[in-house]
Parts: sequence; C-alpha cells; structure tokens
Amino acid sequence: MRYLLVEDNADLAAALAGRFALAGHVVDHADCLTDAELATRTTDYDLILLDIMLPDGDGRSFLKRHRAADNPTPVIVLTARSEVSDRVGLLDLGADDYITKPFDYTELEARVRAVLRRLGGAAANTREFAGLSFDSTTGMISAAGCSEQLRNRETRLLEVFFAAPGQVFSKSHLMDRLFSFSDDVSENAIEVYVGRLRRKLAPSEATIETVRGLGYRMVRRE
Amino acid sequence: MNAQLPSIRRRLVVQLALVAALLSVAFFLTVRGVAGNATEQTQDSILAASAASIADAVYSDDGAVRVEIPYSALSMLGTVSEDRVFYRVIVDGETLTGYDDLPVPSGRAGPRAPLFDTYTYRGDSLRSVVIGRALSGASQPRRVEVVVAQTRLGLEVISARITGTATAIGVAFFLVATALSALAAQNALKPLNRLAETMARRGPKDLRPVTDETPEELVPLVAGLNSFMQRLGAALTRSEDLIVEAAHRVRTPLATVRTQAEVMHLQVEKPANRAALRQMIRAVDESSRSAGQLLDHAMVTLRSDQLETEETDPADLLRDVVARLAPTAELKDITIRLELPPRRIRVMGDPILLQNAVRNILDNAIKYSAAETDITVRLEPGNPCRLIFCDQGRGFAAADITRLPDRFSRGSNVSDVVGSGLGLTIVADVARAHGGSLRIADNPKGAGACVTLVLPSC
Repeated sequence: MRYLLVEDNADLAAALAGRFALAGHVVDHADCLTDAELATRTTDYDLILLDIMLPDGDGRSFLKRHRAADNPTPVIVLTARSEVSDRVGLLDLGADDYITKPFDYTELEARVRAVLRRLGGAAANTREFAGLSFDSTTGMISAAGCSEQLRNRETRLLEVFFAAPGQVFSKSHLMDRLFSFSDDVSENAIEVYVGRLRRKLAPSEATIETVRGLGYRMVRRE
Repeated sequence: MNAQLPSIRRRLVVQLALVAALLSVAFFLTVRGVAGNATEQTQDSILAASAASIADAVYSDDGAVRVEIPYSALSMLGTVSEDRVFYRVIVDGETLTGYDDLPVPSGRAGPRAPLFDTYTYRGDSLRSVVIGRALSGASQPRRVEVVVAQTRLGLEVISARITGTATAIGVAFFLVATALSALAAQNALKPLNRLAETMARRGPKDLRPVTDETPEELVPLVAGLNSFMQRLGAALTRSEDLIVEAAHRVRTPLATVRTQAEVMHLQVEKPANRAALRQMIRAVDESSRSAGQLLDHAMVTLRSDQLETEETDPADLLRDVVARLAPTAELKDITIRLELPPRRIRVMGDPILLQNAVRNILDNAIKYSAAETDITVRLEPGNPCRLIFCDQGRGFAAADITRLPDRFSRGSNVSDVVGSGLGLTIVADVARAHGGSLRIADNPKGAGACVTLVLPSC
C-alpha cells in the first residue's frame, strides 16, 4: 500500500519509512505541509500519517483543508502532545485516529488496519493461494465454501506467509510481527499460533510446513 | 482558615451605635436640665406672685399693721398638687402672722426684686421667696417682708415625668439610630458584597478582569485583583504550554530511537544483539510512558484544582475510550465487552479528566491481561454511579491493594511489564476531584482484577 508520511524529523521519518518498507509498503515522505499538499494532489494514497508540529504550520490546518476538499484518504495523526483535550480535538477535526509518540510499530499497524477496515478498504486486500482466500483486513479466510474468522495474531501470522508463499520465515521474524516489545514471550509461543493456523487452514490445500532449524513456510499440500 | 478581623459591618454598626448612645445621653441631660429650670422658674414666679399679693394686702390701720391674706394668694399655689404652703409676714423684724420660725432668704428684697432660696424646713425641702415692701401712711415708714414657701413635691412629680419622657425619647432615639446605622452599614458595604458575588459566580477558568463599576475605595482592591488574575492566567498558560512543549521535546526523539531500534531489530540475527535491542526498546517505552504519565498527572492536578464540570454521559465516554483502545487490545486478541444500561444517564464531571481516568484503567487492564482474554466494562447507574472494569489478568497481590494508588507505586507481581506506577494515582486523583473514589479488588468471578471508579449519582 502507498502511504504518505508527513513528518519533519528526518531521523524518525527515515526509520519509520524503513519499517514500512520492510512490511512491503511504499512510503512517500513529506517534511512540510507544502510538500504534503503537493503530494496529495499528485497521487492517491491509501493512508496519510500526519505529524502535528511542522516547520511551515500546524498539521491541523492541513487536516482541515484535507477534509474540506472531501478527500477520502484516511489520516492517522502522530502526536507528541499529551493533553487529552488536544487529542479529542484532533478527532473532531476529522482525523481517523491518532497515535502518541513514541509508538509501537505493531500498534501503529493495528491502528492502520482498524482505520482501513472501518473505511471498508477490504476488497483490495483479498488474496488467494491454493484454494484459500484470505482478507488480511478483516481476518476472514474461506476455502471449499466455508469461511472462518481468524484472531488478530493468526491474521498477522498468515499475512506474513501470504506475502511470500514458499519462503521460509524464521521464528524471530515471526515474533517481531506477532508481538510488541512490551510483550514478554518466548519463541515457543510461535509454535502455538502456527499449530492453530494449521488447524484452521485444514479445509484448504494450503498448509504451513516446519523447516527444521530454519523456521516455517506456507506451501500447497501434496 | 485565615485570621479573621471583626467584620467591617459590625464595626461600623458598633461605632455608629456608640455615637447614638452619646447623643441620646446628651439629649437626656439637656432636656432634663432645661425642663427642670423651666418648672423651677414657673414655681418661682407663682411664689413671687403669691408673696406679692400677700404683701399688697398688708395695710396700716391707725399705726397698727394688719394683713388680710387674700384667698387667691394661697389658692394659686395649691393648684399644683398636694404641696404644703408656709408663709410669714414680718414687719420691722417682728413676725406679724404665719410661721415665725420660717427662715427668710437672706439679702435685701424689694417689690421688684424677690429673693429665692431652697432649704429644708420641718423635714421638707422647701422653695421659698421673700418680697420686701415699705408701708407708708403711718408716722414712719415701716418695712414689711413677706415670705412664702412651698414644698417641692409638685416640682418633683413634674421633674420625674419630664425625666421619664426624656429617657423614653432618648432610648427610642438610640434604638432608631442603631437600626438606621445597621441599614446604612449594610448599604455602604453593598458594592463589596456585589464584588464578592461576582467573583464567586465565575467559572474556574474565568480569569477575565473585573470590569464592574466599583466605588472609589474598592478601586485599589479590584486593580490588585485584576493584576493578580492576569499573572495567574499567564502562569497557567505557561504551565500548559510547558506541558505540551515538554511532551513534544521528549517524545519525538524517543520515537526516533524506538523506531530505529525496531528496524535494526528486524535486521540483526544474533540473539545477543536482538536481546540488547529489545532491552533498549523497553527502556525507551518505560521512559516515554513515565514522561507521558508525569505530564498527564501534571495536567490532572492542574485541572483538578479548577474543575470544569458539565453534564457528561458516562456511557458515551466509555464507548469512546473503548473504541480508541480496541486496536491495542486487538493486538493481544483481547475482547472488550461493554455492558451499558439501556437508558441515557448523566453525571456531572470534567469530561477530559474522566476520559483520562477511564483510559488509564483500561490501558492497565489491557497491559496486564493475557492474550485472548476478555475485559468487561460495566456501567451501573445509581447513587453512587459505578464504572466497573474487570479483567482476567493476573490480579492484584493482596498486600498491594491499599498502596497502588500512591505515586510511583507498582504491584509486586508486574516487574515484567513496562509501567510507571502513576496510572492508578491519576485515576484516584480524578475520582477524588469528583467527590468519588477508586476501588480495586480481585475479580469475584475468578482470576483477574476489578477496578471500580465510583462517581456521584448518575
């Protein structure tokens, strides 16, 4: 997906863009409101991540213009302010959500997903593999005419495998996708989730295979 | 309490009453003096007239002096009251008739110059007059002196009556004057009371200068008050700005460090390096959480001092906060169940503070809950109104329950979870500011904890 990141702190922007790129998203970076306006006029974005304190003005004025122009692209505000009334004001101005700096990337991802789901961006996210269809936004899988709702962590796990079927993912990579840094869990937790996913994938041709010593990969059942 | 001086009103009334009392006494003394003199003069002139008419009735008959005391001479004296009258007619020093031991006021009296005196005679206080006259027509002129004396009973009765009246008038004057001075004091202090009312009616954040018309004497007070409020307003704005600015300055670099560490964490393979990076990220989380909650706490303290209450629907508030925290809960596959009453309810409170409190409680519940558990949020209207948050987490250690709302105090069983120990302090402060309380207990329905925010009736 294509994100616009409006953030004047170059280090933070680079790190965030890097993090999004690793997850397979395209990120355009604007470091001021002028660039951000130019970018939104040039391309359509799936999501805008907007900082509030910018060198050439307040992110809130951008938000106001954005909403006044009936631009449907959802906006998640990155705020460093702590005053609660401030945050409430942001939602009133038309932000779809906000996240307080510093944030956990997995939480940001969860908020992005929640916003996209709310706005009904589901259709674009349905993918298929070996008779299994998977909507990563809603966490629904369907195979052989029956569908099932996955839990959040199962959804995220399956999302990783769907991004590159056949590729082996290490336990530690999967850990990073499933758990935030504040969760104190061991790598054994991955086995639990892989086990559950295997059971839920049973009606389809797809399954998750253990590659000894390396990790897991999604393959078509023989 | 401040040391209290006696009220201005009381002081004014007391002082005005003292003046009234002095004036009343002076009035009383004057009236009694003047009236006493007037009655005495009246008695004196009747005495003189009586003596004169007796003196006129003295005549010489062939060298013998005779007197026929006219009836009117004594009757004019008798009218006053039951006073007794004494008289004595002296011719050349010899008593002709009357009481011969009746003392004669000393001095040389003539028909135009009566002499008066007051003395005690036969146990009575008497007022007496002597009039002298020369009797001619005989061989030689003879000197006649007429003394008339009267007891002072009538005079005393009149004097007592006058004293009584003067006292009554004086007391009435004092009472009326005191009542009027109370009214006057009340009236004079009206602008002061009005100013106090204006200030009391103001909202907690209303620091606008007082522009009402004020009497001259209050101008310095109002000017002082206005300048104080202006400085207070500036200080408050500065504190709020500082909180916002501090948050920005602290959080942006932390966000950079955290995100960079995350990216690096994804790229390194060596378990030792990964562990070190995790440690680093957790440290960042800890400091940013502390910073955030310290600032939140500062904000809560600032607002608790000047609570801005309005009608708030706690159900709406819970819905908002739950929607807001749902993505965070979803990360751990935690389901938040909302149990709200069907009817709309209202509670008086500061919505921003209440939101902050609810957010802190739910945030804790999510943080300390295991994956794939439920959190139940129940709103029980009534008096008091209860917002109950029950999780299936690890619960509280019994020894911690009383001290958890203290600042920087954390449970003994949570060292593995990032936290600052300020969350429940904020909640307790908000509850207290609203006249409510915070209750923490183990979940009665099994594992986990229940936190109850008790608010006044809704």
